[in-house]
Parts: sequence; C-alpha cells; structure tokens
Amino acid sequence: MIARLADGAARRSLWLLAAVFAALVIAPWAVNDYLLTVMIVALYLAYTGQAWNIMMGFAGQLSLGNALYAGLGAYVAATLFTRYGVAPWLGLLAAIPVAVACAAIIGFLAFRFGVAGVYFAILTIAFAEFARVGFDHFDFVHASAGLFLPVAQYTHDDLWRLRGNPTMFYYVMLAATAFAFLLSRALLRGRIGYFWLAIREDEQAARAAGIDTFRCKMLALMISAAVTSFAGVFYAFFYNNLFPEQVFNISQSIEMILGPIIGGIGTLFGPVLGAFVLTGMAESVTSIMSALGFDLPGAKQVFYGICLLLVVVALPEGIWPPLARRFGIDKAKQ
Amino acid sequence: MSFAVYLNVAVAGILTGLVYGLMALGLSVIFGVVRVVNFAHGEMMSMAMYVAVLLFAAFHLDPLIMLVPIAAVMFVFGYLLQASLINPFITRPEHSQFLLVVAIALIIVNTLLIIFGPDAQTIQTSYAYDSFQLGPEIVDASKAYAAAAAIVVTAALFAFFRFTLFGKAIRACADNYTGALVVGLDVKRFYALTFGIGAACVGAAGTMLALIVDVTPMLGPAYTLLAFVIVITGGLGSMAGALVGGVLIGLTEAIAGLLFTPSAKSMFSFGILVLVLLLRPQGILGKRSA
Repeated sequence: MIARLADGAARRSLWLLAAVFAALVIAPWAVNDYLLTVMIVALYLAYTGQAWNIMMGFAGQLSLGNALYAGLGAYVAATLFTRYGVAPWLGLLAAIPVAVACAAIIGFLAFRFGVAGVYFAILTIAFAEFARVGFDHFDFVHASAGLFLPVAQYTHDDLWRLRGNPTMFYYVMLAATAFAFLLSRALLRGRIGYFWLAIREDEQAARAAGIDTFRCKMLALMISAAVTSFAGVFYAFFYNNLFPEQVFNISQSIEMILGPIIGGIGTLFGPVLGAFVLTGMAESVTSIMSALGFDLPGAKQVFYGICLLLVVVALPEGIWPPLARRFGIDKAKQ
Repeated sequence: MSFAVYLNVAVAGILTGLVYGLMALGLSVIFGVVRVVNFAHGEMMSMAMYVAVLLFAAFHLDPLIMLVPIAAVMFVFGYLLQASLINPFITRPEHSQFLLVVAIALIIVNTLLIIFGPDAQTIQTSYAYDSFQLGPEIVDASKAYAAAAAIVVTAALFAFFRFTLFGKAIRACADNYTGALVVGLDVKRFYALTFGIGAACVGAAGTMLALIVDVTPMLGPAYTLLAFVIVITGGLGSMAGALVGGVLIGLTEAIAGLLFTPSAKSMFSFGILVLVLLLRPQGILGKRSA
C-alpha cells in the first residue's frame, strides 16, 4: 500500500516534470522577443538558484557570495575569448577549475576553523567583495572600464562560439537548467545527499555518526561553484559586457538566492518555480511602473526586498512544499 | 614620502577608526544580546547619515549638535524594528533571521536610492577645512571632533552596561535567556531596548561619519560589511574588541589608501579578516570557542 502510494507520487511528479519541460521547450514559438528575454532571465535565476540550493538547501551552508563564482566564470571565459579566441565551451573548462579553486580556499578557511552559519555567509560576501574591488583595479581585464565582447553579426546561430539569436541562448539555458535539476536530483538521492541532509539537520550528530563533515561540506561548496561558473560564462556571452561593479555585486548574489527561498529551500522544484514567480512578478511591477510613467532605479530591488520579507515571515518553507502536498506529490523533497 | 606624511595619515586613520569602532560596537551589542546578526547595520547608518544631511541642508543644523537627537530617533527605529519584526523570529533558525534582516536592508538601501538618488551629498560645515597643528602633525578638525564624540558615546555606553540596573538586566538577558525569564525579566522588551541601543550607536556613528565622507545610498552595504569585518577581527561579543578592530581597520585603510589607491582600500580590510580567521579565528580580543 505504502509502496503504491509512493509510486503514485513519483509518477505524478514525473508527469509534472515532463509537462513543465515540454511547455518550456515549445515556449519560444508562443512568446515575443521581450518575453523570451524575460524567460532567459528566469531560467538563469533558476539555474543559479539550483546551484545555490546544493550548498544551502542540501548541505545547510549559507553562501551569500555566489556572484563570485559566476563572475570568475564570466571573466575567465570572456578573457580567453577576446584575447585568444578560445571558444566559450573550452573556456568553461578553464572557468570551472578557477571557480572551484576559489571555493576550495573559502571552504578551507571557513570549515577548518569552525566559521559556520552567518559568519560563513559573511566570509563568502567578503570574498565576493574582494573580487569586485580587485577586478575593478585589474588592468588585464580593463578594470572598471569593463570588458566587452565583440557583438556578433548573427547571420546564423553559432552554438560552438555562443554567438547568435536569443532563441539559441534560451535553449542553452534551458538545457543547463535541466542539467542542474537532474544533477541536484542525482546528488540528493545518492549517498552524499544523505550525508548533506544529516549535516544540515545536525552537524554534530552527523560527525558522531562517522560522516566526514569537512569533506562533505567542501564538496557541496565546490560542486555549487562549478555549476555556478557556467552561469557566468553564459552571462558574459549573452550580455556581451562585464563590469566588476555589476557581476560581483552583492545584489547579484541576492538575486540568485531569492528563487530557491521563495520556491522552497532544499526542494528540487522550488528554485525553478521561485525563479519564474519572482521574475514574472518583478517584470510585471516594472512594466506597470513604466506604464504609469515612473522610472525609479531601485524600485525593483525594493520589490525584491518586500517579497523576501513576506516569504520569510509568512511562508518560511517557501511556496513549493504546500503546493506539493496539494498535488499529492508529498515528501517535500521532490 | 617622509615619515611625517605617514604619521599624519596614520593619525587620520585612527581617528576615523574610532568612529568605525562605535559603529561596530552597535553591531557587537546587538549580536551579543539578541543573537541576531544585524545585516542592515550599514543601511541603518546611512539612514542616520541622510537625516544629518537633510537637517544640515534644510536648517543648517550642525551634525555635532544633532548627534543626540539623531541617535534618539535611531533608538526608536531600532526598538520598533525589533519589537515588531525581529522578536517573532528569535526562535527561528539562524538563516531565517538572517534573510529577514537582509530583506530589511534591501528595502532601506533602495528606498534611500529612490528618495535621494545615486549622487553623493556632503555636509559643508564652517570648520570643514580647519585643522589643528601639533608640531609636525596636522589633524583634520572634522575628524578630531568626530573621534572625540565617538569616544564620549562609547564611554557612556560602557558606563551604562557596567553601572546601571538596566545595563545589568540586559547583560543578564545576554548571559542566560532562560535564567533571565526565571528572575522575571521581560526579555523581549530588553531585546528591543538593546536593538534600540545598537541602532543609536550606529546612528551616532553615522552622524559623525557624515562629516568625514560623502553620503550615497550605496554606503550602506559597504559599511555593513566593514562592521562585520571589524567585529570578527576584534572578537565576537567583545565590546573592547569592536573598538580595537575599528581602530585597526581604520589605520589599515588609511595606510593602504596612501600606498596604493584609496578605492582599493577595502581589499586590505578583507585581507586582514582572512589573516585573522587563519591565525586567530576567535578574533584579537575574543575568547576561544563561542
């Protein structure tokens, strides 16, 4: 009986997954250019949120500096491309080790000395800020003047060099988001996933049970950094310009974590759902404001702040877990 | 460069560092008692700075005179914030509290941005360009006044916690939550009072700092980080540590600004943070394992 119930839940979640994915695949035919761009942003946030979720949602390590890994990925790939003509997919092979090495340094500093909880969060912010100020004075990447990629004359989509139409970028990001989802799912169901959950719930108990908590936490951090670094590569080739002031900004890190928080920390669907809800609402607010003739820098951020406040106060577990229970996809860990 | 230049810059850095110390003290007091990390600390300070700027622009009120009124306003703000929003979160997990405060910070900094715009505003007092000469040493008057005020406020705060019954009650709440409840203290009210005191500290520090730096909305996040760097460097929960850390960071920033470029100075503060975490994780004046 219980086995059949669990099966039903699993089947329902699989159906839901397939339906959502199919809808996202055909979406470019149904929407205009503006909406497509919005959806790319939403997918970007879903992807980075999924990466953050591995660290915070699974292993319980609050990072507020994930912009660091995206920024490093962006700068490594963009520099290789503009200076040496290296294609972004090869650049990614350089970007990932750089981001992972950086994460390893942060993790080593923090986890060795028991810098945990919010102090770990502050350390991650400090490193991101360090990078922001550092890149602002790093002449090799044009410092604060910004790094620009040659804007493509796209007669055709060049997937290998990531030059092309928004539709191509959309599918790249969709594939990446699907990959991040499946990776998270595989990690969560594997041995390491159980170790992480144990650490998240009670680190001392986990250690007492024989889990090498230092190694597990390092692994969570490094995987999260590796996944996030691709988001940076994508960012660089999609927007074609990089400013340290922007890519390493703390507001980038905060935008990355809002999706999973609103959707539901530690769940698989949460980051995706949260990213789309947040982006949809933020864009609606922006367009309503501009329709009314307001053009206020910061209004979007105030909106994010209010969203975060409301969710933290009213829905501490996010919007996905209650929905999941309603759909009968219980076991909020789906 | 001659030795005198270094000495001048070092003294200026120490004076600014004393104001930083007062700011960090507010954070330390809030964390030490309420156990909530106030991630909106710098944002609260920039609120106070804008109040000072507005009062000066509109009525030509000198920040040195407005120090106490602005601190009082910030006290009320802090009290209400804790009583209404943060107190219900006391028993929530740490990250949940943290996100609540991040949300508050986000709202404050961007509301300031909407109201005042991104441009820097300054307070041009009559003594803005005055200085004192002590032998080879030239001390900027604004910085000297700001540091003196910071020392007075800090001394008052130390006295409050050591000698008054209120201060003792707050320390009791910090030492043992349950114990404080058992002896009949209204802990949540004392938490609100403490948050108010921390906010008043940062309000006073902000008013002083408005004399020294150009005020922009984006100062908030930067100073929040700086306050954390100072508190972690000095030692968590140590009031004297916050001051020592403040002076150390102020000095570092000044020297780094002289040797390299002022815009890169925060890199050196972060460098100090990393060094402290490596060599003495509990902070300069902190006790082992909190």
